Amino acid sequence: MATAVEYWRWTESRWTAPDVDWRAGKVITAGVDVGSVSTQAVIVVDGKLYAYSSMRTGSDSPQSAQKAMDWATEGTGMTIDNVRYVVGTGYGRVNVPFANRTITEIACHARGANFIYGPSVRTVLDMGGQDCKAIRCDEKGKVSSFLMNDKCAAGTGRGMEVFADLLAVPIEDVGSLSLSVAEEPPPVSSTCVVFAKTEATGLLRAGWPKNRVVAAYCSAMAHRVVTLLERIGVEAEFAITGGISKNVGIVRRIEKELGVKALEPGLDAQLAGGLGAALFAYALAARAAS
Amino acid sequence: MLANYGYQDGSGSYFITIDTDKCDGCGRCVTACPYGVMVVGPDEADPLRDLPVATVADEHRRKIKYSCGPCKPTSGVRELPCLLACPWEALAHSW
Amino acid sequence: MITAGIDMGAKNLKVVILRDGQVIASSLIRVGFDTQEALDEGLQHALAEVGLSKGDIQRVVATGAGRNSVPGADDAVTEVRADSAGITHISPTIRTVIDVGAEEGRAVRCNAQGKVVDFAINEKCAAGAGAFTEAMARALEVPLEELGALSLKSQQTVPMNAQCAVFAESEVVSLIHARTSKEDIARAVHDAIASRITSMARRVGVEKDVALVGGVARNKGFVDSLRRDLDMDILVPPDPEFVGALGAALIAAQGA
Repeated sequence: MATAVEYWRWTESRWTAPDVDWRAGKVITAGVDVGSVSTQAVIVVDGKLYAYSSMRTGSDSPQSAQKAMDWATEGTGMTIDNVRYVVGTGYGRVNVPFANRTITEIACHARGANFIYGPSVRTVLDMGGQDCKAIRCDEKGKVSSFLMNDKCAAGTGRGMEVFADLLAVPIEDVGSLSLSVAEEPPPVSSTCVVFAKTEATGLLRAGWPKNRVVAAYCSAMAHRVVTLLERIGVEAEFAITGGISKNVGIVRRIEKELGVKALEPGLDAQLAGGLGAALFAYALAARAAS
Repeated sequence: MLANYGYQDGSGSYFITIDTDKCDGCGRCVTACPYGVMVVGPDEADPLRDLPVATVADEHRRKIKYSCGPCKPTSGVRELPCLLACPWEALAHSW
Repeated sequence: MITAGIDMGAKNLKVVILRDGQVIASSLIRVGFDTQEALDEGLQHALAEVGLSKGDIQRVVATGAGRNSVPGADDAVTEVRADSAGITHISPTIRTVIDVGAEEGRAVRCNAQGKVVDFAINEKCAAGAGAFTEAMARALEVPLEELGALSLKSQQTVPMNAQCAVFAESEVVSLIHARTSKEDIARAVHDAIASRITSMARRVGVEKDVALVGGVARNKGFVDSLRRDLDMDILVPPDPEFVGALGAALIAAQGA
């Protein structure tokens, strides 16, 4: 899709491990996650996180991948020639010119979540701008069950944005506004975003205050995501990633319905895809060497 | 691994589940499907697996309710050719 | 004997009044958010045409999505039954009737007596209903009524990949940016929804003759796409959105 929209407040950043000398490492690998909104490049030295960058995806994906990689290695003296193996992932994964291989988001996300949340994470829910993924994985971050819904806008950032637009509520305020109701209203009955909009218009005309309508929508969206999760089965521990993980109105309601608290990430959860890709690159480099 | 391909929308849930531990990539479901819904290729969710595996073709993933429609008439039970063809019972439809 | 059929649709309310099985009056009005007001207005409008009052109606049968919120109705029947009864009255050779309304699509196979043999429904998802074309017309910034004529001028087929009305809006915007003509985009929109409606219809087995009813049948671009996709001739009755209400009124007359 041509229009990249921001669904949450997010800033570009980069980081280098202060205590690691990459020149002393044996195998350097990288993962580049080209998403519709942001691109992350992650560098791993002998399977340990060394550096990363996270920046806006430009209109030219190959260039974005290159820029992210350059920024991640900036000031370290490392060049692309020092990197043994690169894996591209994400929506624009075919547009990483220097990648040795591409791997889908599902596998990389699970592998990265295992690193970010620790080996006890078993269920990962990723709610992005244009899709919703539910993944179950083992203690090594290997996928044991997954599904991805990218057909329908309900349950995605895009659906939430359409709804926020209708109510003229800034997208980043939706979550807190939805939690400001004294009593939880019945959820909007339509799953379809188009029909939910019609329903919401009716509720506003019937005199519902905005926060109540927003709460009814968040509640419906949370329920919908829970039914998706139930298809793969939820096992603790549980983590939520992606743009909508910043929406407390959705997160709190999902936790309530599941009776499970979502884990707090040790690192920016946005890195999951790129980090997983870099770790797969490490495994693939080892395999190629043997 | 249980790989679920398909979607959920307002009208319902439509998923084809492939048990990749049972599937050996033999491709009988590919031959059996009259509409090109099934394909065999590398395991997308397990990049370290060497054995090919059955998946739902990308162009059908967002419309399998329609792609599989002809095998699911509203009246009269019909056995699904993809399920019948699989010797390992590795395939399932959610609807 | 005077009977009324009321089709309370998601978008419009349709009323048909029959005297001894013949249509004497009809009306169509936007439902809005007050169904009761729409109902009173719709009925009055139709009755005023022929100088009758509510008390003259002997039996009322309701149909449509809001059929259970029609106070005073003697009975409520499904759209599937109403479509089937209505279309066989108009043309007894019809065996398959496809009904595309604002929020639902249906395919019904019926016999010569107007009895339902089989049916399928696309519901609760805008991609398979008139709401899809409405959203696309908005994205294209053309009035809905002009979308059909526009697509008939298309010079080439352009694929539409999105299967969701919300994602399809973004796709339309991308196509506009890529300088695809509005005509070709309109055609792509109609081809996309026609393909979903065809798939649904094939599940019930499309038997000739085929009719298309419901508000979306007024859209000539959609009719053209559906004809091409089904590869069959399709009858569109003169007032396609009234077929359900007509069927309900006929059922009211039979049940009395």
